[in-house]
Amino acid sequence: MAKNNTQQEELLGRKPPGWLERQLGTEAYRALRGMATNPISVIGTLLLAIFLFVAIAAPVLAPPAHTNDPYQIPRDGYGQVPKPPGTEWRTRQPPLPFWWKAVTGKDNWIHIMGTASGQWDIYYGVVWGTRTALRVGLVITIITAIVGIIVGSVSAYYGGTVDIVLMRIVEVFIAFPFLPAAMTLSAVLTPIIGRGLFPPMIAIIVFGWTGVARLLRSDVLSVREREYVLAAKVIGVSDARIMFRHILPNAIFPTLVWASMRIGSLVITFAALSFLGIGAEVGYADWGQLLSFARDWMTQLGEYWYIVTFPGTILVLFVLAWNLVGDALRDVLDPRLQGSR
Amino acid sequence: MSAYEAQSSSEHLLEVKNLTTRFYTEDGVVYAVNGISYTMDEGDTLGVVGESGCGKSVHALSMMRLIPIPPGKIEAGEVLLRGRDLLKLSEEEMRHVRGAQLAMIFQDPMTSLNPVLTVGFQIMEALKLHQGMSDHEARARATELLEMVGIPEASLRLDDYPHQFSGGMRQRAMIAMGLSCNPMILIADEPTTALDVTIQAQIMDLVKRLRDKLGMAIIWITHDLGVVAGLAQRVNVMYAGSLIETGPVKEIYGNPHHPYTAGLLGSLPRPDDPPGTKLFSIKGEPPDLLGLPKGCPFAPRCTYAVERCFHEAPTLEPTEPGHLVACWEKERVEKIQ
Repeated sequence: MAKNNTQQEELLGRKPPGWLERQLGTEAYRALRGMATNPISVIGTLLLAIFLFVAIAAPVLAPPAHTNDPYQIPRDGYGQVPKPPGTEWRTRQPPLPFWWKAVTGKDNWIHIMGTASGQWDIYYGVVWGTRTALRVGLVITIITAIVGIIVGSVSAYYGGTVDIVLMRIVEVFIAFPFLPAAMTLSAVLTPIIGRGLFPPMIAIIVFGWTGVARLLRSDVLSVREREYVLAAKVIGVSDARIMFRHILPNAIFPTLVWASMRIGSLVITFAALSFLGIGAEVGYADWGQLLSFARDWMTQLGEYWYIVTFPGTILVLFVLAWNLVGDALRDVLDPRLQGSR
Repeated sequence: MSAYEAQSSSEHLLEVKNLTTRFYTEDGVVYAVNGISYTMDEGDTLGVVGESGCGKSVHALSMMRLIPIPPGKIEAGEVLLRGRDLLKLSEEEMRHVRGAQLAMIFQDPMTSLNPVLTVGFQIMEALKLHQGMSDHEARARATELLEMVGIPEASLRLDDYPHQFSGGMRQRAMIAMGLSCNPMILIADEPTTALDVTIQAQIMDLVKRLRDKLGMAIIWITHDLGVVAGLAQRVNVMYAGSLIETGPVKEIYGNPHHPYTAGLLGSLPRPDDPPGTKLFSIKGEPPDLLGLPKGCPFAPRCTYAVERCFHEAPTLEPTEPGHLVACWEKERVEKIQ
């Protein structure tokens, strides 16, 4: 039968679907092929792959000094003045990575990217900060997306009073300026649940779900009126099934693009909170935290460039990678481009 | 009403009584369907004709109970399908009627299929829903249906997405969806309007063939009088939300008694007209359904109108057996040559 189908496909003048296409289905395969042939998405995906590798290989790239608390950045003394890249570790040197000797031929561990004010090792913070960035970005984005999708689709599908009430709630949240609101809530939560990643994450989620709720609501509103939704009603499909099988797959693409870009921008927001001292506790491996160590040395960046350049560049690349992937996703998933194969 | 009741002695397949639908909009009340009544029997094909905005589609959607509520509201009436009033069913019971007993296909096949679901999925959905088929059974049946509506390589085409189908094929697929559960009545809402003439002819042939094979009743909504002539046994002519004339096709076409019907037929171009002949047209425009005039809705455009037409709405009354007309001056109306 399979062979027969292949022959028929050839008769129809089409290439028989490959193994991957059969596994994924035509649409998903087309999206994947689009992603793989678009230079923008290839660069973005490559950058993301590097970040993923760094995050996974963190214990090998920068072995932790405190094995029970690897997110704590090791510090080399307590001096205020930053030290340039290449300075040797003097006190409390963490274990040497196995590849170090093979690559450099040296026996002692150095500060590859220098130290920040307070002698925190920048290289360690950058490497382990990748894990924090991915965790923070993904967790916040997934939770905000779920909340936003539920609120947005319920609001649009039921309409009427439900819609009015939900949208007024959304407007109340939007009325607060995002960053000050998140800072305030984070500051309020910190004494209650303790300092750490959770207060800023909760604060960002609480004030961040409204955008996606509105985005999805507007898309569902437009898809809801399409004739194929009426056609589904005509054959007696239930409300919930129409929502999830017929409407949502048509309305979700802008939200997916939003989500991928959001992961990048969230890390900036989170870094901003960390920079202001509201995010992670002091010494936690987080890019914003590293940047906040540079606060007192702003006027002398000519001399101490490395305290901003390394964490800053990484942050920019991380955001860029997600934006490139988001851009490419938008191109590939745009329903108007569907059918051009 | 009396003539109508005399007709409805035995039980019909479909009996629509005094169906009235209104839309309560911010601008006022839209009188979309104003008390229409008719009956249909097994295997009947009914043509519903009228110009855009005369309530043809709203009347069909009201029977399916798919008009948006609010702003729409079915004010009054009964829709008896084999004696069971659809307007009194719960939403859940109605869901089991839709697709299974009453099916509907739409005007634009380009937009009536969901672009992110395969054609097969959409055909199989009703089968699984109403007949409790397994994936495997539904697939076999869907293949059969696609073959029946004349799509080659049906088993393969099930996995295609709508954008891989041409317009005619999509309408065929829509018809397959509509027929999937052997409905008693298929409502076709201008299904050939968006297609070119050759495809239109193919689709009509297909529908005729399927009607004779499956024995279902069809309500064919259109503004194309030619289509109705070739397909239907009876015709309902609608104007401004009211049923103004109903009867057998031959009667309506040969012997129209409503000035509007006569005007519609008169405005058809004829092949034997000498070149340069101006087409006949009905003067004026259909009334705004927001505020219908008292009396006959057609009166302001009617050349036969007398004083009475502006005050008193005419009711459907027979001129011949089975041919009902709502016009006070029906005896004077003549066919336009």
